[in-house]
This record gives sequence, structure tokens and C-alpha cells, in this order.
Amino acid sequence: MQFKSTVISNQEVSPGYFRMRMTAPPELAGSQPGQFIMVRVRDAIDPLLRRPFGIFDVGVAESEFPGLGAATYLEMLYKVVGKGTEALSGYHHGDHVDVIAPLGAGFDLGDPEEEKILVGGGIGIAPLYYLAKTLVQHSRVRFFLGGRTRDDILCVTEFERLGVETYVSTDDGTLGDRGLVTEVMERHIRENRSRKTLYACGPMPMLKAVAEIAQRTATPCQVSLEAYMACGMGACLGCVVKGKEHSDETPDYRCVCKDGPVFAFDQLKWV
Amino acid sequence: MSKPDLSVEIAGITFRNPVMTASGTFGYGEEFADYVDLESIGAIITKGLSIKPKAGNPTPRIQETTGGMLNAIGLQNVGIEAFVEHKVPFLRTVSTPVIVNFFGNTVEEYAELAERLDRIPEVTGVEINISCPNVKHGGIVFGTDPKAAYSVVKAVREATIKPVIAKLSPNVTDIVEMAWACADAEADALSLINTLTGMAIDVKRRRPVLANVTGGLSGPAVKPVALRMVWQVARAVKIPVIGIGGIMSGTDALEFMLAGASAVQVGTANFLDPSAAQRIAGEMETYLEQNGIHDVKELIGALEV
Repeated sequence: MQFKSTVISNQEVSPGYFRMRMTAPPELAGSQPGQFIMVRVRDAIDPLLRRPFGIFDVGVAESEFPGLGAATYLEMLYKVVGKGTEALSGYHHGDHVDVIAPLGAGFDLGDPEEEKILVGGGIGIAPLYYLAKTLVQHSRVRFFLGGRTRDDILCVTEFERLGVETYVSTDDGTLGDRGLVTEVMERHIRENRSRKTLYACGPMPMLKAVAEIAQRTATPCQVSLEAYMACGMGACLGCVVKGKEHSDETPDYRCVCKDGPVFAFDQLKWV
Repeated sequence: MSKPDLSVEIAGITFRNPVMTASGTFGYGEEFADYVDLESIGAIITKGLSIKPKAGNPTPRIQETTGGMLNAIGLQNVGIEAFVEHKVPFLRTVSTPVIVNFFGNTVEEYAELAERLDRIPEVTGVEINISCPNVKHGGIVFGTDPKAAYSVVKAVREATIKPVIAKLSPNVTDIVEMAWACADAEADALSLINTLTGMAIDVKRRRPVLANVTGGLSGPAVKPVALRMVWQVARAVKIPVIGIGGIMSGTDALEFMLAGASAVQVGTANFLDPSAAQRIAGEMETYLEQNGIHDVKELIGALEV
């Protein structure tokens, strides 16, 4: 659905990373973890296109306005990378944005009995918080979080507050273990033989590494992809990725916006 | 005053209003059904169709530019068989005219596809794509040479009794010459413009942004060029012209009508505002009401120069 949303708060949580909370219609409370939103930053032609953001959180809370009771809110976590996110970072309480949500196919929550392993790289943690919040209701959840440096490690406390065991690693060792988050995660999988499902979101090299680990350890795995999009609803075909059957002779392109953004890792072609 | 008449007639089809959705920006209609009342727009023009499914170009395929966007999708589409099986059933539920945009690699393929589309009752008319800048075959080759354009349009004309619209490329020296060629081949109408060939460069990587290197520019940035070409073509040919290029508002659409367009197509605007076509038709109606104009047809080509 398309709606006008009012910014409730927009805080810089780490240099260049912002967390925005905004109002949403009650129907949004039914969004699936992994779904995304398209935000029109301004009612202008620059920036022209909407920007896609994963749903960081959605829920119902007491309205900040006395007497209004409980209201649905929506949160996104974003990194300032271009003029759209730059403009968004200047938004304050009371400003408005135009939102289309929820879009795309979310995560499959799987079997409650098994352990859930979440892997996030940098801003790739954005859709994993709402996923963790949903999963902890039934399953044991561990979260492996990686970034280049300590500034890229966001919202650890929020995950821990959910009761999620959190493991941090950075490329430069400024926070948590030094090295790749995927190595720490693989060690955990090999050392703990219980049944697991992997959920990952982050930069493509990280997702490739996760997919290889999933393959090697025969662990079910879902990945959430990021893509440059124009429409967000499967019309422009700008955001496609190669499906597992893809070859020059048998094209198999999947729309990140409509078929994804969440895919079972074995549905995609990784080379 | 009674409600103004927004209907227009092109090639014997009556459209409830002059606002259509441009090919490639509206999927096969169904994608937008939750966001726009499909019964409120003039026509649905579907994604460019070929005989066999087409994969399209490698990614990245799109890039935003100032006031516009570049795309190099490369005519990815499901092919005629899947179109009939999976897309037509939905289109059957809509009373709005459906115009199928299509292309081929050869004149024979254009004719074959036109013949197959002719047999589909849900297809109201066809739009011949001879103007996609992003593929080597099936488009621009036929859209930049008046003789080739003539032969394609003629072949399609002979293969179908449905209304035939030829969609023109702006990437030519003289668009009027192309318009004449298509009109001589008995196209019922012309639509223009398709995208302008452009490119974007990533200075950090010193590489083109798009995998295809170049792409088609659309959006508000192209509107002045489109308006000029519509104006030139509309005064040069006797058949109706459909204006396309950066239309974001009712006012934009009216500019095209004044320049001589009998209808317009909304493209890039659908991406940022999925209800754009419906909104633009509403804004046109408001303009007519506020200015005491009873019939939108009064505005076609009413530009005073």
C-alpha cells in the first residue's frame, strides 16, 4: 500500500548510519520479516526514483501524542550513500515521506525447533532485526555481525535485548574478533551439530561466502539481496539477478523486488 | 457545467481519456493493479513482446540521472506463448483497451508476431517497437532508416486488422522523415518518443555505470526534446500522434496535447508514483473544468506559434 508517513525520529546511530522511525497504517504490523519499503524522499524530480529500504522494525507502540492510544510504527536503518539517503538524513520529527510498503517476499521462518543463525554485514543487518524479533518467539537465535571497522557495527545492544547471542567481528579488529564474520560463523556451525537455518544479508562477497558455507555444511540458507531498483513491483526489470538455471541459452533472471529480496541460496547462480 | 469530455479516438478505438501507460514501465498491467484503478486510465500498453522469451542485458541495468533515469533492460520479456497463457487472463478482466508493444529481429518476425497478436481478442491494438536503443536487433535498426521502418510497418499492416501504432526513436537526424515513412506504410498512429541514448560514468571506478555501457534516457529530463519532436511530427503527418517523454503531471500532458498529440503515454512517472496515470488523467480533468473547456479534443494541436 502507498501512504504518507510522518517521521517520528531520525537518529544517527553511528557515523553515516541513521535509524528512522515513522508512522504507518495498522496493516503494516502484518509485514513479514525481510520485506522492504520504497520511499519517495521528496515530492520533486531530484532525487527522482524511490529508494528501497529493508524493514528494520515494525510494531505497535503508545503514540507520542497524548490520548491517541497505540499506533503502528515502521523503522528503517540506512547508510548515507547518495543524494537520496543524504536528503533523508536531514529529516526531522514531523517531516513527511511517501512510502509504498510492504513489498517483496520475506524470510521463511522455518522450523521453530531448529537453531537460527543470522549473519549480517554492515548495513545488511537492516532486515535482520525484525527477523530476529520474530524468530526469538519460538527459536534459539544467534547473530553473527561483521563490518570493516567498529563504526559499521550497529545496534548490537538491540539484538542482545531480544535475547539473541551476538558475535561481532571487524576486518580491522577495532571491535570483536578480527577477521571475517563468515569464518566465525562457519566455526560455530561445525562445532555445534544441532539443526540450523542460516539467514544472511550484507555485501555480495559476504553472501557468496555464506552460500558456500551453506553448501559445504548442507545447511539450509536464505539470503536477502540488495539491488538498485526503479519501481519495486516487478515492472521495470532493473533489479534482476541470475537464477540457478541461468545461462546464455536458458536465461533465468529473478526480480529482486518481486521474487525476492529473500531467496533460498540454492535458487540463485553465484558465479 | 457538466463533466468535461476526456475521451479521444485513435484508429477507431475510443479511449476514455488520453492517458496511457508507456511500454516497459507498467509490466503487463497486473503489477500495478493494487495501486491504480486500471479502469480509470486510457489504455494499458504492455512490455515489449517478442516471439521467443528474451533474457535482456546483464546488470547493472538502471541508473538514476539528474531529472531522469537510464535503462538498458534489453527488452527482457516472457515471449508470446507465456504472454497468452499467463498475462492475457488478467488483461481479460479489465475493460480498458490493451495495446501490445512488440518487436522482432527481422521483418518476417514482426509480421509473424503481428499475425499472432491479431488472433488474440483481448489485444485492442499493437504498437511496433522500432526504437529500443538497447539491443542490436529488433528495434533501433529499423527505427533509424526510413526504408527499413517502412518495410516493417508495411509488413505489420498487412498481417493485422488491428490498429497499428509505430513507436519512433528520437535517436535520428530527422524524425519527420521517419514519421512520413511509417505513415506511408499505413500506420494508424505514431507514438514518440522512445528513450534518448545516453550514458553514465562511475568516476571512482572509471567505468560506465551500466553493463551495456549506454542506455535509454527517460523522465522529466527528456520532456523538452520530446515536446519539440511531437510538435514537428504532428504538423507533418495526418495520422494521430501519441506524445511520450517525461510526463509527470496533468500540465505536462496538456503541453503535449497542445503540441499536437491526440493522447499521451506516461512512463518513468509510474515508477515513482504507481498511480501516476490515474492522477494525471484527474489533473487534466480538473484543468478542463477550471478553464471551462468541454472537450479535451479542443486542445489537440491548439498551440499558437
